[in-house]
Amino acid sequence: MNTVINAVLGGILIGLAATLLLWSIGRIAGISGIVNGIAGSPRGDRAWRVAFLAGMMIVGAVVLQFAPAPPRIQTGATPLLLTAGFLVGFGTRVGNGCTSGHGVCGLGRLSWRSAAAVATFMAAGMATVYVMRHLPGSAS
Amino acid sequence: MRSALLAALGSGALFGAGLAISGMTNRFVVLGFLDVFGAFDPTLVFVMAGAVAVTAIAFRFVLRMPAPALGGAFRLPSRDVVDPRLLAGAAIFGIGWGLAGFCPGPVLVGTAAGLHDAWIFVPAMLVGSFCADRIAAP
Repeated sequence: MNTVINAVLGGILIGLAATLLLWSIGRIAGISGIVNGIAGSPRGDRAWRVAFLAGMMIVGAVVLQFAPAPPRIQTGATPLLLTAGFLVGFGTRVGNGCTSGHGVCGLGRLSWRSAAAVATFMAAGMATVYVMRHLPGSAS
Repeated sequence: MRSALLAALGSGALFGAGLAISGMTNRFVVLGFLDVFGAFDPTLVFVMAGAVAVTAIAFRFVLRMPAPALGGAFRLPSRDVVDPRLLAGAAIFGIGWGLAGFCPGPVLVGTAAGLHDAWIFVPAMLVGSFCADRIAAP
C-alpha cells in the first residue's frame, strides 16, 4: 500500500487510541509516562498501564508481520544505541513526555507546554542528525 | 475495574496497530524525517497530522464530559508552564531520538517484534529513566 495512506491511517488509529483512553479512563496516552508510572505509582494505578502496553506491544508486533517491517538484524552500533536509549529515557523523564504524550495528546489539547516540548525535541533531533550525517568526518 | 482494563488494552492495541501500519517502528523512516538537510522523509509528518487531527477534535468533546465514561476523574497534566526543566528534558530526549530514530512507543513495539536494535535500546532507556528519577527528581 501507499506509504502516505499508511502513514495517515496509522496516525488516525493512534489518535483514536488516545481518544479511547481519555474517554474511558481519563488518562493521557503518553508512552514514556505510562512506562515510568509502572514502577512509581500506587498499586491501583499500575494494572491499566500494563494492559495498555501489553495491547500495544502484542498487536503492534502482530500487525508488523503484515506491514513493511523494519530490518530485524542489528543495524546500529551498540554504543550508539545504548547512548541513544539512555538519553531518550532520561530526557522523557525530565521533560515529562515524548512524541505521544507531548505530540499526539499535548498538541491535541492545544497545550503551550507540549508545543514548546515538541518544537525543542524536533529541533534537537534535527540538529543531531545533521551533526551525525552531514558534518565533515561524520560517521555515516 | 475489568472494563477499565479492557479499555486500556483496546487503546494500546489500536495504538500499536497505528505505529506498525504507519512505518514508525522503522527507525530509518524517523531519521529521514529529522534529516531536513539531506534525504528528508515526510512520513512522520503525515502520521502526526493524522493523529493530531483526531485528538484536536475528539479531545474537545471528551473533555466536556463531567468524568471519564468508566468512572474516576480526568488526569491531565496540571501545569501549562514552559520551564527550563521541560526544555532541557525535551532537548536531551531529542538528541537521543536523533542518534537512533527510536522513541518510546515504536521501540517497545520493535522489542516485541524482535528487532535487535530495539533490544539494545530499551534496557538503556529504562536505565536512563531510572537515573533521571534519582539525580534529577523534581
